[in-house]
Amino acid sequence: MIVFERVSKRYANGREALNNVSFNIHTGEMVFLTGRSGAGKSTVLKLIALLERPTRGAVVIAGRNTQTLKARHIAAFRRRVGVVFQDHKLLADRPVYDNVALPLAVAATPLKEIDRRVRAALDQVGLLGKERVLPLELSVGEQQRVGIARAVVSKPPLLIADEPTGNLDPDLSLEVMRLFRRFQDVGVTVVIASHDQALVREFGQRVIVLENGQVQGGDAADPLPSMLAYR
Amino acid sequence: MSLAVAGGRHLQALLGSLGRLARSPLATFLTLLVIALALALPTALRLFVTNAQAATGNFANAIDLSVFLKTDVALVKAQQLAQAAQRRHDVASVTLIPADKGLEDFRTYSGFGDALVALKENPLPHVLHVRPRPEDSSAASLEALRGYFTAWPEVDLVQVDSEWVMRFNAILEVLRRLLLIAAALLGVGVLAVVGNTIRLEIGARRAEIEVTKLVGGSNAFVRRPFLYTGVLYGLGGALLAWGIIAITVAVLGEPVATLARLYGSRFLLLGPSTTDIGILLGAGAVLGWLGAWISAARHLRSIEPRA
Repeated sequence: MIVFERVSKRYANGREALNNVSFNIHTGEMVFLTGRSGAGKSTVLKLIALLERPTRGAVVIAGRNTQTLKARHIAAFRRRVGVVFQDHKLLADRPVYDNVALPLAVAATPLKEIDRRVRAALDQVGLLGKERVLPLELSVGEQQRVGIARAVVSKPPLLIADEPTGNLDPDLSLEVMRLFRRFQDVGVTVVIASHDQALVREFGQRVIVLENGQVQGGDAADPLPSMLAYR
Repeated sequence: MSLAVAGGRHLQALLGSLGRLARSPLATFLTLLVIALALALPTALRLFVTNAQAATGNFANAIDLSVFLKTDVALVKAQQLAQAAQRRHDVASVTLIPADKGLEDFRTYSGFGDALVALKENPLPHVLHVRPRPEDSSAASLEALRGYFTAWPEVDLVQVDSEWVMRFNAILEVLRRLLLIAAALLGVGVLAVVGNTIRLEIGARRAEIEVTKLVGGSNAFVRRPFLYTGVLYGLGGALLAWGIIAITVAVLGEPVATLARLYGSRFLLLGPSTTDIGILLGAGAVLGWLGAWISAARHLRSIEPRA
C-alpha cells in the first residue's frame, strides 16, 4: 500500500527532515511510527497525505507515485486517505455533523448517503446524538473522535494519524487506539505516528522507529504479542 | 455525478453564500451600494439618450422639405402638384399651405399683423410641406427628392430642414460613445470591488479552505461558494441600481412632463425598458461572477493545507 524508496526531504529552510528512508507498509497492516519529536514522523505522514513531496526518492501510495501525480488529481488522491491530526483541524464554527460530512460533500455524495454515513461514522466513535453540537463544546477526547469520524467517513483504504493521543490521558489514549484497531480489522491500512513508546509497545503492532531522519534497526520489526492485541 | 446531485451541490453553495451575506448586512449593503452606483450611472446615461431620442423623435425621424411655388401659380395647380407628389413612393405626406393660409398664420404669429394689413396683395407663395418616409430620410434620398421638386417649372425654391437634425443626431452619437466608455470604466470598477470583497472573504475563511482541501476538496469545489457570492453581489447591485433608476424616473417624471407641456409636447419620461433591465441584471451577474473568478483564481491557489 505504501512504499518509501530512498526518500529524502529537505525543507525550504534547509532542514533535512528525512535522509534516505525506505520501508514498505502492506495493505491491511497497522503500523506505528515512533521516534523523538523532530525525528521525521510528521514528515513521513505529510509525504503520505501529499501535503509535501519528497526532495529525492519515491513515495508510492496504492501504486501511484506521488512525485508524478498531476495537480488536478491531488484532490481525488486525498479523498482516498483519511487523516487524523493531533490538533483535530475541525471547523470551530460548524456543528459536528458538518465537520464529519465535509469529506463526503467534497466528493459530491448524495445527501441521503451523506446522512447515513455520517451517522454510521459517529456511531463507530461513540458520538451518535452529538450531531448538532459545536466542536468546542466537546471534551478534547470527543473532539479527537470527531476528527477520526471525519477521517473514516468516506471509507478510505488508508488511514493515517499524527499523534492522535498527544493531548489525551492514558485511558482515552487506549480507547482511541482501540478504535484504530477496529478499522484495521475491517481491512483499512493504518499508520499512526506516536512518541508514546509505552502505548505503542502495548499494542504489539509493527513499529518503524525514526531517528534523525533515518529508519532505525531495519523496517521489519516483528510485532510483539501483547495482552491488548488479543482482547 | 448525476445532474440532480450536481444541482443539489450548487443549490447548497448558493444558499451558503446567501446565508453568509445575510450575516453581515451592513458590509454587504455598502458593497452592494457601490456596485449599484457603478451600474446605475451608465444605465441612467442610456436612459437619457433613449429619452432624448423619444422626445425629439417626431422631428428627428422626419426631415421635412419646404417646396415654395412661384407666386403666379394658381391654387388649383398647387393642389394638382400636391396630389402628384403624394403618389411618389418615398413621400409619406404632403401638406399644401395655400398663400392665404400662410399670410393668416404669419399675421397671427409674427406680430406684424397691422403692418400686413397695409399690403394690397398677398406676397406669399403657396407652399408644399413634404415629409419623406422615415426609411427614405437619408441624405441621398433627400437630395433625390430635392432634385425632383426643383425640376418642376412651378417651383421657385426647395428648402431641406435637415441641418439641426443632423447636429442633434451628432450630439446623440457623442453621448452614445460616452455611454460606452463610462460603462466600460465602471464595469472594471465593479470587477475590482467584487474581486477585493472576495479576496477579503477568502482571507477570513482561510482555515475552512485549508481543511476542505485537506479532505480532498477540489479547486472547483472550494471556488464554487465564492463564485456564487460574486454573482449575488453583482445581481444584488444591479437590482439596487434598478431601484435607484426607478426612483429617479419617478421623481423626474412630473417636472419633465411640465417642461414638455410648456414646449407644447405631450412627451412623458420613459422608464427603463425590459431590454434595459435585462442588460442591467445580466451585466451585474456576469461582472460579479467574473470579478469573483479572477480573485478566486489568484488567491485560492496560494492556500494549501499544512499539517
